[in-house]
Amino acid sequence: MPDAAEVPTPESSPPTPPRRRSTALLGRERVVVTRPDWAAATIPAHRKPLPIITRAALDQPGTAATHTRLSGKNREQNDGGWPPEIAALRERGAEIRRETLRDLEGHLAALTAKAEANGVVVHRAATPDDAVGIITGIARANDVRLVVKSKSMATEEMHLNAHLEENGIEVVETDLGEYIVQVADERPSHIVGPALHKSKAEVGALFEELAAERLPQEAEDLAAFARTRLRADFHHADMGISGVNFAAADTGTLTLVTNEGNADMVTSQPRIHVAVMPMEKVIPRLRDLAVLVPLLCYAATKQKVTVYQTMLNGPRRDGEPDGPEQLHLVILDNGRSSIVEGRYREVLACIRCGNCQIACPVYRTVGGHAYGSVYGGPIGAVLTPLLANTKQGRDLPFLSSLCGACFDACPVKIPLPDMLVDLRADYEAATRGRPRRWLWRLWAKAWDSPRGYRLTMTAARLAGPLLPRAVLRRLPGPGRGWAAGRALPATRDAGAFRAWFTDRRPR
Amino acid sequence: MDNGRSETMPGTVALFVACVADLAYPGPPRACVEVLEAMGVSVELPAGQTCCGQPALNSGYPRQATTLARRWLATFARYDAVVTTSGSCLSTVHHAYPRLLHGAEREQAVALAARSWEFTQFVTDFGQGLTLRLDAEVTYHDSCHMLRTLGERSSPRELLSRIDGLTLVEMTDSGVCCGFGGTFAVKLPDVSVAMADHKLAQAGRTGARYLVSADPACLMHLQGRADVTRAGIRTRHIAELVSDALVRTEVRA
Repeated sequence: MPDAAEVPTPESSPPTPPRRRSTALLGRERVVVTRPDWAAATIPAHRKPLPIITRAALDQPGTAATHTRLSGKNREQNDGGWPPEIAALRERGAEIRRETLRDLEGHLAALTAKAEANGVVVHRAATPDDAVGIITGIARANDVRLVVKSKSMATEEMHLNAHLEENGIEVVETDLGEYIVQVADERPSHIVGPALHKSKAEVGALFEELAAERLPQEAEDLAAFARTRLRADFHHADMGISGVNFAAADTGTLTLVTNEGNADMVTSQPRIHVAVMPMEKVIPRLRDLAVLVPLLCYAATKQKVTVYQTMLNGPRRDGEPDGPEQLHLVILDNGRSSIVEGRYREVLACIRCGNCQIACPVYRTVGGHAYGSVYGGPIGAVLTPLLANTKQGRDLPFLSSLCGACFDACPVKIPLPDMLVDLRADYEAATRGRPRRWLWRLWAKAWDSPRGYRLTMTAARLAGPLLPRAVLRRLPGPGRGWAAGRALPATRDAGAFRAWFTDRRPR
Repeated sequence: MDNGRSETMPGTVALFVACVADLAYPGPPRACVEVLEAMGVSVELPAGQTCCGQPALNSGYPRQATTLARRWLATFARYDAVVTTSGSCLSTVHHAYPRLLHGAEREQAVALAARSWEFTQFVTDFGQGLTLRLDAEVTYHDSCHMLRTLGERSSPRELLSRIDGLTLVEMTDSGVCCGFGGTFAVKLPDVSVAMADHKLAQAGRTGARYLVSADPACLMHLQGRADVTRAGIRTRHIAELVSDALVRTEVRA
């Protein structure tokens, strides 16, 4: 596979870098960062309120185009949308994931024992900072200068790239989508399609800026450009960092699924491989892959299988021609051991397919960055408030119309809509002294009586003519939100149906 | 019919109006009464009914929602059949009440849900005798809770297919949310309105004259947006459309 001829030669504009510096990122300083701060690779410490960022997201030029690209893409509009063979896997997969969560620590203990027996060094990280400390420690001990990475959302939770760069270590994302967002200094907008928000033309323009030359603009050409540049880094990197899709407790096998083969390179070429997984990625048995891999592939990309499936059982053994000298497995907690004990346990059944995001009409409309969190879309709106390092984003459960499409789209049947509703209650209960608490109490009291209900109708009928849209949109309160873009409902008709019904047959 | 509901038509039904209809949308319940009476069903209006409680629940106030859930059960418990023109409100009875209530109350909710019909379900089940005729081209928007929580995709389409002269032109993403979402519509109005624009655009592409749905709340939101953007398409609740299509066989007083 390695082929020196593919390394860019001095004829192409960037000079050959000194060994152990990235080729793929050459020219990165030329790229003018145009993204808004809430799309940044490192999430800003203080995020603007959701109405503000979502408004700004709607105004971004690419947002409407992304919506158009995703239209008609959710086949699971209702439960019958799953093909029969996948529907059967979905039932089985949902059960396997719940079985895992019923004894998460037990399965992790088994995984740890097996992996260690296979020669893997297993680390447990309670917090993202702990994980960063472990990984930078491994890098420092081994004089690592250049890291190649394959996709890992867990490393996004700890902003690993920024921390490594602070330590003088260069990091290159090798998944094509991840590479695109890295060059643009953005974070992934989707779990499996990190650059889903970018059009081909935007990627072409970005790569031309990076290369400082005109490039052919077909998708194949752009992929070839990235591939050529990345190839050199695979050869020169000291360390590979990957995610993990599934870790089998009974054999210690780590499985990764990709379509680009970059995980094969990341886990086999550098002398050190660090695999990072959130603790729920463990599965009880290796044979569960027969259910979970096709389920993940279908849910994520509608494929029967991905092009590459990488299964790792440890570092290079004596007599083996390739593979890393060291294999480390970093298992991240970040609040998950609390989640698994509580009422939101099932959210940890997630296998990170991103299908709930594609299915979500809010996600499609505002895009993944507008959630201002590592994970966007319905899974992000549920998981983010539950993770231990969430300082902001507890309001994310409100960024949903509760349409329920995420549940139908979920390959492991996580009741995301119910969780969104319950998290809203948690949020409101934790937010004291808000006038809306009293308003809802008053509302329930009024509408728990026919007389109070009739009074509301009378008030609505009378208020209608007094509060035309032009006035309402200038007043504080819920009417303002409504009147901003919509004509008002005809409250002059409040109570009209009951009057009609009673009048037509006097008793 | 394998939906667990009665196979014989109830002679009397209680009409569950829904608060949105009481506040601003009298057309659908009125049309429902007319259609049901044309089927020979006697319609009663339980006076104690207010709201199902969904607005409070989805805003993060389950206790207040529970108060109204109990009222709803107390109001409708004595009826053998309940019909409503709001699929979303009925989905609250089906899905939310068993989550909010416990013990005997939960059992009561489950039992009542089993003898409740959304309008198109009732008329599809028992309205075969109706003569319906209307020259119109319509497109149908599946409201979220009716489609996904009640699992009801076929009844409205079956009912529309029974109207002579009517053509249903399906839009792309008919099952994608219109953006109303209860208090979502006022908490995040820009997102809500953008979603309405997407829905109105998909509906507009069909060339249909009417955008039909079975939930007054979706229609209030979509019509409110269409009025501002001057979108050509008009909204109509499916009960009103069926009432428009009734061919009356008797002289009306």
